[in-house]
Amino acid sequence: MSNFFKNSDIDSSQAEAIVTETLKNCDDGELYLENHKSETIVLDDNKIKSSNYNSDRGYGFRAVTGEVVAYSHSNDISKESLNRSSDNLKDTLKSKKGTYNHEIPKTNSKYYENINPIENKTFNSKLDLLNKVNNYLRSKGSIVNQVTANFLGEHKSIEIIRSDSEVLRDDRPLVRFNVSVVLEKEGKKETGVYGIGGRQSYDDYLKDDNWKKVCDEAFRIAHVNLDSKPAPAGEMKVVLGPGWPAILIHEAIGHGLEGDFNRKKTSAFHNLMGQQVASEGVTIVDDGTLHQRRGSLTIDDEGTPTENTVLIENGILKNYMQDRLNARLMGTKSTGSGRRESYKHVIMPRMRNTMMLSGKYSQDEMISSVDKGIFAVSFGGGQVDITSGKFVFNCTEAYEIVNGKIGSPIKGATLIGDGPSILKEVSLVGDDMKLDPGIGTCGKAGQGVPVGVAQPSILINKMTVGGTKL
Amino acid sequence: MLKEQEFLDKIASYCIDNSKKLGATDIGVKVIHSVSENVSFRNKKLEESNRADSFALNLTTYIDKKKSSINSSDLSESNLSKLIERCIEATKITPEDDSNSLPDIDLMSKKIKDLKLYDDTHYTNDKKIEFLQKVESAASINDKIVNTEAGFSENKKNFVLANSNGFSSGYKTSNFTSSCVAVSRINGAMERDYEFGSKRHLHDMLKPEDIGRIAAEKAIKKLGPKKIQSEKIGIIFDKRISKGILSTLANAVSASSISRGTSFLKDQIGNQIFTDNINIIDDPNIEKGLGSQNFDSEGVETNMLKIVDNGILKNYLIDTYYGKKLNLKSNGRSGGTTNLYFENGALDFNELLKLEKKFLYITETIGHGGNIITGDYSVGASGYMIEDGEITYPVSEITIAGNFKDMFKNIVLANDLEFKYSTNAPTLLIKEMTVAGK
Repeated sequence: MSNFFKNSDIDSSQAEAIVTETLKNCDDGELYLENHKSETIVLDDNKIKSSNYNSDRGYGFRAVTGEVVAYSHSNDISKESLNRSSDNLKDTLKSKKGTYNHEIPKTNSKYYENINPIENKTFNSKLDLLNKVNNYLRSKGSIVNQVTANFLGEHKSIEIIRSDSEVLRDDRPLVRFNVSVVLEKEGKKETGVYGIGGRQSYDDYLKDDNWKKVCDEAFRIAHVNLDSKPAPAGEMKVVLGPGWPAILIHEAIGHGLEGDFNRKKTSAFHNLMGQQVASEGVTIVDDGTLHQRRGSLTIDDEGTPTENTVLIENGILKNYMQDRLNARLMGTKSTGSGRRESYKHVIMPRMRNTMMLSGKYSQDEMISSVDKGIFAVSFGGGQVDITSGKFVFNCTEAYEIVNGKIGSPIKGATLIGDGPSILKEVSLVGDDMKLDPGIGTCGKAGQGVPVGVAQPSILINKMTVGGTKL
Repeated sequence: MLKEQEFLDKIASYCIDNSKKLGATDIGVKVIHSVSENVSFRNKKLEESNRADSFALNLTTYIDKKKSSINSSDLSESNLSKLIERCIEATKITPEDDSNSLPDIDLMSKKIKDLKLYDDTHYTNDKKIEFLQKVESAASINDKIVNTEAGFSENKKNFVLANSNGFSSGYKTSNFTSSCVAVSRINGAMERDYEFGSKRHLHDMLKPEDIGRIAAEKAIKKLGPKKIQSEKIGIIFDKRISKGILSTLANAVSASSISRGTSFLKDQIGNQIFTDNINIIDDPNIEKGLGSQNFDSEGVETNMLKIVDNGILKNYLIDTYYGKKLNLKSNGRSGGTTNLYFENGALDFNELLKLEKKFLYITETIGHGGNIITGDYSVGASGYMIEDGEITYPVSEITIAGNFKDMFKNIVLANDLEFKYSTNAPTLLIKEMTVAGK
């Protein structure tokens, strides 16, 4: 049952009638309703610095014909507001001769439970845990200069009303628990950050003193960096560790394989379908169906069930990620990749959990094969220029490799490469694929959505490391 | 239609009254209504039209030194009364923090100056479309341009900020923004560049023909870039990115970074952090300024602030909470800087380009490689090689790196400051940085 019209002057069937009437002769479109609750509690500088509860509700009404999208959104779920939006859409799409595509696959799968993580852990127990985190980290000694920890929990209910009263619903929990620590030794300060999360309740992640592991990892990263020396500058071999470093895959090729950029031919990959874009051992998928993962969705924000999309198979480019609009215009099917940050935002093809699958080499083999290079274990963020294909990401934990052995830790540095050619430089693919801990948010055109990444260790033959030491 | 003050006032009062009834000792509330209309074009065809009508409410309740807050977009009394209750319950069990309080009454803004931040003009969708057609036709300068995208957005906002000490004020603001992104191609390789303008008043908008032409010319100029050898070299930051240096400075001198001890500029007040001819100003009172405001996000009056005077760090950016931690009064910077800028340097743009035989001129950086704790900086970059004051070829797939402490002391400014964003800087040279390339 819909909860969106409970306190409104309009009921479901009236709303459905407005949708059907508005979308007449359109190719696609829907009324998307969203009820989003979120809570943030932050401990910083020995104090609970803020606690915030956010309640956001609204609709986004979309009508599509040909390549044109008309969109209108509002917080006001009322007859007057919906009618005004409807008039707006009709006014934009003056001459429409489309045929509404009713074909939308159905699913019985569910990749997460309908729980509200904010309500199923008491406020007091969250405050209590944040204080424990602070005490635990500060008990590690006077080098601990600053501790920040936070809970970010949310619950999003969505309802998609398509033409002719076709209604789809999803309820999405999401949590993230984050710890950041600043250490100071002999006047030098360094930060370590670590977090965990996904689409379950907090206690699924924090039980059995798991929170201590999060603290220990943040502390370890900061501690390593206290002894770091300036990073080298120039082209060299790079070994990436498993897990979170897969944001390289996300930036270097993930964005370039999103349907919109390829339909518009503005992606550096737009004319490479079916071609060799990576070394033979490289297979990359984008999977929305992993249980309880941060990037997973039962249905996407257009109502299409998600799937495991093969992007690159043994080095050959196989598929782009598609939403309904780009799929229709490119003569293919949606891959369940149509996503939006909220009802305030339009749909775009986006990544879910982007993963490079395991190969057969060990990390030790990779490191011992390198005379001079770096070993990158943990990253901050990254960014890509879709058109030129150039991408960057920032190391937050990395070491030099000298004569096949791991040497000193090096300062944070940006690595830069070229998307379409970097995967051809992958010479060894490890046997140790690992998922990231559930902390990723991807930004595109001002919209942030939760995503996941995974990869095994890999050896890249040549990449530019942006340090200061020549 | 944008809601009037009276409507927003009523909601703010409802929140203050009801929070008081439930036991709040102090209350701060902000109610915002915004209406925006965007139209976008691609390859000379309408691509998207988007209308948004949004409410936002932020309420912070205090019980003595305890504090909690809620946000909501649903302003119905039935929803607000539930949320207020929730907020008060959370406040009761949140631990005390001595620094929690409303701003001092004598610091509050008393009078609203007319800074000309609002233009009531409505540009109809058809007018926007006409504007964008001109942008795009100007961008199609030759067949090297293979894709153009252009957008026009009109945003109007009204708000009320109120607190339980009797402060209540607000005003309307507007923004008209247009942009063009052009993609160029040669021998199968593509480059992208852009131009944009954002103004408080519609009639101040850049000419559509200029927006399109400049984006296209820049995209073509970037074609066929080379990767260069790793080396130490002087780097010139184009005006589009030189302002980033100021954003980093603002971040590093915010009272929160200073009080938490997480800034490379901690304990530097009174010290020379730039060369002695550098002045950095934050001025909220510029008419039609994109960062102009009458008061900050807590209602504290904002006045012109000299952050760096002849190279010496003079002021932090202070709000009430972190001000209390530092034993300093708020200077109205809750929510950050207003119109922040470097005063002009002495050299013309062309003189700057000729200071040395060879420079790298950077027009775009990618990545978030600035660390304000250590001051370390490393980002991806693209731009041009400059030899004897002239552009010789485009450069890409390189990084530039250094440490802000050194970079600040090696800045030379040109005299071409303009107010295009809320944070603005003239073209800027940093005498030596490390470039990593081949």
